[in-house]
Amino acid sequence: MTTALFVEQALNGLQMGLMLFLLAAGLTLIFGIMDMINLAHGSLYMIGAYLMAALTQASGSFWLALPIALVATAIIGMLLEISLLRPLYRRDHLSQVLATFGLILISNEVIRIVFGDQALILNPPASLSSAVEVVPGFPYPAFRLAIIAVGLIVAIALFLLINKTRVGMWVRAGASNRDMAMAMGVNVKRLFTGVFGLGAALCALAGAMLGPLLAVQVGMGESILILAFVVIVIGGIGSIRGAFVGALLVGVIDTCGRAFLPVLLRSTTSSAIADAVGPALASILIYALMAAILFWKPQGLFPARG
Amino acid sequence: MMVRRYFYVGAIALLIALPFIATGLGQEYYIGLASRILIFAIAASSLNLLIGNGGMLSLGHAAYLGIGAYTVAILAHHADTKTMLFGFIPGTINAWIAWPIAALVSALCAWLIGAISLRTRGVYFIMITLAFAQMFYYLFISLETYGGDDGLSLAQRSNIGFNLSDDSHFYFVALTLFLVITYLLHRLTDARFGYALRGIKINEARMEAIGFATYRYKLVAFVIAGAIAGAAGALLVNHNNFISPNTLQWTQSGTLLIMILIGGVGHLLGGIVGAALMLLMEEVLSTYTNHWHLALGFVLLAIVFFAPKGIAPLFEKMGKKT
Repeated sequence: MTTALFVEQALNGLQMGLMLFLLAAGLTLIFGIMDMINLAHGSLYMIGAYLMAALTQASGSFWLALPIALVATAIIGMLLEISLLRPLYRRDHLSQVLATFGLILISNEVIRIVFGDQALILNPPASLSSAVEVVPGFPYPAFRLAIIAVGLIVAIALFLLINKTRVGMWVRAGASNRDMAMAMGVNVKRLFTGVFGLGAALCALAGAMLGPLLAVQVGMGESILILAFVVIVIGGIGSIRGAFVGALLVGVIDTCGRAFLPVLLRSTTSSAIADAVGPALASILIYALMAAILFWKPQGLFPARG
Repeated sequence: MMVRRYFYVGAIALLIALPFIATGLGQEYYIGLASRILIFAIAASSLNLLIGNGGMLSLGHAAYLGIGAYTVAILAHHADTKTMLFGFIPGTINAWIAWPIAALVSALCAWLIGAISLRTRGVYFIMITLAFAQMFYYLFISLETYGGDDGLSLAQRSNIGFNLSDDSHFYFVALTLFLVITYLLHRLTDARFGYALRGIKINEARMEAIGFATYRYKLVAFVIAGAIAGAAGALLVNHNNFISPNTLQWTQSGTLLIMILIGGVGHLLGGIVGAALMLLMEEVLSTYTNHWHLALGFVLLAIVFFAPKGIAPLFEKMGKKT
């Protein structure tokens, strides 16, 4: 095991974590403010990635397609919120789970009808297709570095938005006590449509960034959705800071667990056992982490409601 | 009340007559479909005990179905290859041994998962049950000995004393199990235990204040539901002669949820009505289109918005009016 490999895996973990943060940030606010389970959040990620792939193919430019895809997904998200999700806020969790599960099925089939069963190919922009030497003698893809940069910028911007602006104050107030915030004159309804749109745009951004690395295909939303849920439950529902910490924890532990755990086991036990147990252990690591955190802190690491 | 009794007797008579009718019409295929419906009805009914009575919204119930199915398949695999499980447990294809073990293993897993999950509330409970189900999903994917991603096939159906590979024999076994379990669930929810559970669903703090050990009640319900789902899993693997990790996927848990929502949450017949409607809808729609999920999605939205109590309570109403 070399330093280069270690740095590479750490960077991959960081990149994974930051992208999970983009998804989890919107999800945790929706959960926190409206006590609403939105399983269809992953579908917005898928829609964003598909729009991005289609627009990039049509226009030939990654950078031209990006803002259009973000805005389009945000609009789709807001329309969805106003038309279908708003009546669900006062309903029980079961209704929310089922209605948004229905939305997943619908969006998957619509995508399949429009784009077909084949996965779309989304190429990274030419300017970022080369590799950069982070450590001398160790090249790392420039596009992956760009993902990390984008993730960090968005994280900082969100921190400023939530902690330093009036809108952010409303969001925090809504997350900690919705009824009180409404009584104090916050238009939670409109605020929430805005939050939902922002969350959708962040989903699309994650889809655009991860699209070139993972496949743009139907069902991509579901697998990452579960990870995003793990993130916000670990971090504490409604907390942006919790989502950030949770996302980095999940990203780094998952990536490094997969890379190093089998190797580590092989050095301590017999290789037969290591080969059998290693991959299993690595893939359940984050779920075990989540179960452990919920066992000791049933409200997550940073509960928004104190 | 009389009307309802006639309804149940008529329904059971119809269920018993079904394989003969199907054979008579030369439509043996539908016996298999009916067995599938009964199996999923058992699994959905067990989830209905949790959600409808206890208010425990578990999004990981497919795990127990899968664990039960894998238990039977793994025991059969060891009997087949004449190897020992963990080095000392011999395999078996005897249904009288393997199926109870499947229910037991599922119950044990439910006990472990429930003991931890029930410390949390609301959304956290949904998510932690989901997380545990995902752990088992990935666990079975990585078990290369038992097929990993590709799943595990049964060489033959379990040995129950008569020929189980005959579809109508299998149907009657599934029907017997379904009727017994439904009757037990009926007695259970009609007993003090069921009333206590529903009380906990409505106001847990109050139930605790008047002296109910709410955590223990919920855990027992969780374990019972796990055991029943495990039994359904034992049937499922025999029905398909195959089990793969897909059965444990969270979308499968979602499907079980959909079934009881369509059928009726907290209603004794919610599971069977939901499973029947859902699987029949799949059967009919998938012959016309590859995109039947689209229709299912719209049906779900329609039910959530227009018939939030599901379909089975409508039968109830019919019985009460007369």
